[in-house]
Amino acid sequence: MTETRVLPTNYVTKPEDLKTSSGRTIRTDEMIINMGPQHPSTHGVLRLEIVVDGEIIVDVIPHIGYLHRCFEKHAEHMTNYQQVIPYVDRMDYVASMNNDLAYALAVEKLLKIEVPERVDYIRVIMAELQRIASHLIAVGTFGIDSGAFTPFLYAFRDRELILDLFEMTCGARLLYNYIWIGGVSHDLPPTFVDKAKEFCKYFKPRLEEFNNLLTMNEIFVKRTANVGVLPGDVAINYACSGPMLRGSGVDWDLRRDDPYSIYHKFQWDVVLGKGEMGAVGDCWDRHIVRMREMEQSVRIIEQALESIPEGNVQSAIPKRIRPEVGDVYVRSESPRGELGFYVMSDGTGSPFRVKARAPAFVNLSVLPEISRGAMLADLVLIVGSVDIVLGEVDR
Amino acid sequence: MGILSYKFETSNVLITSLDSLLNWARLSSLWQMQFGLACCAIEMMAASASNFDIMRFGVIPRATPRQTDVMIVAGTVTLKMASRIKRLYDQMSEPRYVLSMGSCSNCGGPYWEHGYHVLKGVDRVIPVDVYVPGCPPRPEALLEGIIKLQEKVRNESLAKKTVVK
Amino acid sequence: MTPQEIYDNLKTKFGDAVLEAKLDALQPWIRVSELHMKEISLFLHDEPDFKFDYLMCLSGVDYNNGTLGVVYHLASMTHKHKIVLKAISPKDNPHVQSVSSVWGTANWHEREAFDMYGIAFDGHPDLRRILCPDDYPGYPLRKDFKVPEFYNGMKVPY
Repeated sequence: MTETRVLPTNYVTKPEDLKTSSGRTIRTDEMIINMGPQHPSTHGVLRLEIVVDGEIIVDVIPHIGYLHRCFEKHAEHMTNYQQVIPYVDRMDYVASMNNDLAYALAVEKLLKIEVPERVDYIRVIMAELQRIASHLIAVGTFGIDSGAFTPFLYAFRDRELILDLFEMTCGARLLYNYIWIGGVSHDLPPTFVDKAKEFCKYFKPRLEEFNNLLTMNEIFVKRTANVGVLPGDVAINYACSGPMLRGSGVDWDLRRDDPYSIYHKFQWDVVLGKGEMGAVGDCWDRHIVRMREMEQSVRIIEQALESIPEGNVQSAIPKRIRPEVGDVYVRSESPRGELGFYVMSDGTGSPFRVKARAPAFVNLSVLPEISRGAMLADLVLIVGSVDIVLGEVDR
Repeated sequence: MGILSYKFETSNVLITSLDSLLNWARLSSLWQMQFGLACCAIEMMAASASNFDIMRFGVIPRATPRQTDVMIVAGTVTLKMASRIKRLYDQMSEPRYVLSMGSCSNCGGPYWEHGYHVLKGVDRVIPVDVYVPGCPPRPEALLEGIIKLQEKVRNESLAKKTVVK
Repeated sequence: MTPQEIYDNLKTKFGDAVLEAKLDALQPWIRVSELHMKEISLFLHDEPDFKFDYLMCLSGVDYNNGTLGVVYHLASMTHKHKIVLKAISPKDNPHVQSVSSVWGTANWHEREAFDMYGIAFDGHPDLRRILCPDDYPGYPLRKDFKVPEFYNGMKVPY
């Protein structure tokens, strides 16, 4: 068992203790380092202005907006609510099915329509498969951040199998435009259920292999334990959600606590961080929450595949979408956290206001709080453990 | 090819052999700058992973622009990012090539109509050699783009180009 | 607590600052005065019966009739109830009190509302643009926004 790491502030010698052999003290000063928009470890175009005192971080100021693609303006100008879905895909491009699902749920609530049961089952299967694919990217790139390149290749190998399943259904690998308002765009192909069951059987031992490779690796544990500790009450105040919140020990999962679709029909556990390798809410806790959530997603998929009913998936898709005047906010659990859409309608066929509450945007705002006192090399891991996707942060 | 490009009058056996050697060396080791901006970056990462393996073409991702030959602009270029792209392009040393991956960097992509913060095509700030269409392009399409770039490099020459009348 | 109880409680405590409510809508909302936002938020955050400790979303809206609004979606993790607050102010001089000292997440959300609509939040520690560049002309999400022809030498329209 590795010993717990002592926090770096205990190691730092104060400037007044630094003396040369002739008794002369030296002057120290703070420095501003720019971790610019182009950086191999910032997961996209994020700029961090870091104020350091030696090697210890005093303050971090994130600058975002380098990928601001005017999603909300496009949503207002579309002539149809369905036309917004490709733009919604491109927001969180790593977990695109979950984005579609959240927006479709919001507009369906505004229109007050019910979808057939088969559609609900298909949506849950797709959302959970997408959750596994997204977490694989998260843990793979987290491994690269800490210096381990091999887990990334293993993660992408498994992700290609999931993308094959998606390609079989709707033709696209990354941005699907699959979950429409009132249904889905294509029914499942005949061989989908068997192939998906095969994938679930194949994937479970892979997680153990991945854990042996990365999660329980002593170097990885030493680098991530006790780093970037986020206390539970700070997390709630900053409205963190998803693995960031659950990694800090707060028992909150929207699929169980604010249920949507048919998640209430399945048996699965909510994974919490318990501080097994260090403090509760450190980077290792968030990582193990993601790993264990993948196992739970496989459980949900297997249960859904067993009991999926027959039906027409396109029967409830409205020919003309014209909601009455009103506004609604619906939230769902995306792999990064609480993805919410605030949709406001003025009675015409195009949306009046669509606001996307992106989990990565909100989770990133807590970065200055959790990285004070860490060393510069730890900041890369802290940013990696927040699991941001800049398309979502900047919209 | 820098200061020696297109400087020689005739294309004799020495120049053509040297051409072939230099071009072969350059196209077999096009080191790319890790510059993923948006969704196309995920497909670029998938292209460097084990299923599609862009490294067998000699393309290795490097972090700094000083050591790279090709900049693959993968993703939407926004107005805020455009000045940084120009600066990174200026920092690359010649011979340098730019491959524009995806519709957003080709022409603005799905954001062409109402994007007030989107640059409609990266060729408004830097010169582009190869355009790869798609939203996002499959990793095989990116590999095809690399091969097209290799064709372009293969046809470069130290001799002056003459027009046959 | 039901939305009717929340509204009655707020009305008795704050009187004129609570303006109107639509409790039969799909998601009931209460309109409050934009200059008393902070005390109402502190009350909703600290009172043990309400305990609205989770600010789900804060959005700016342009109502296209000369007013700009800010919509707050609040939730409580302990009592599991939700409420929507709206603060509306005129378009030519929009001012809303900032709630960033009550919920830390409001910091970035208010910066985004300022960036997109130009709503000034009084009492915000660091109100500057977050998504668009600092010298971008205009407030993009307003309904009467015109896309600039050139920005720093680059042609913006297609």
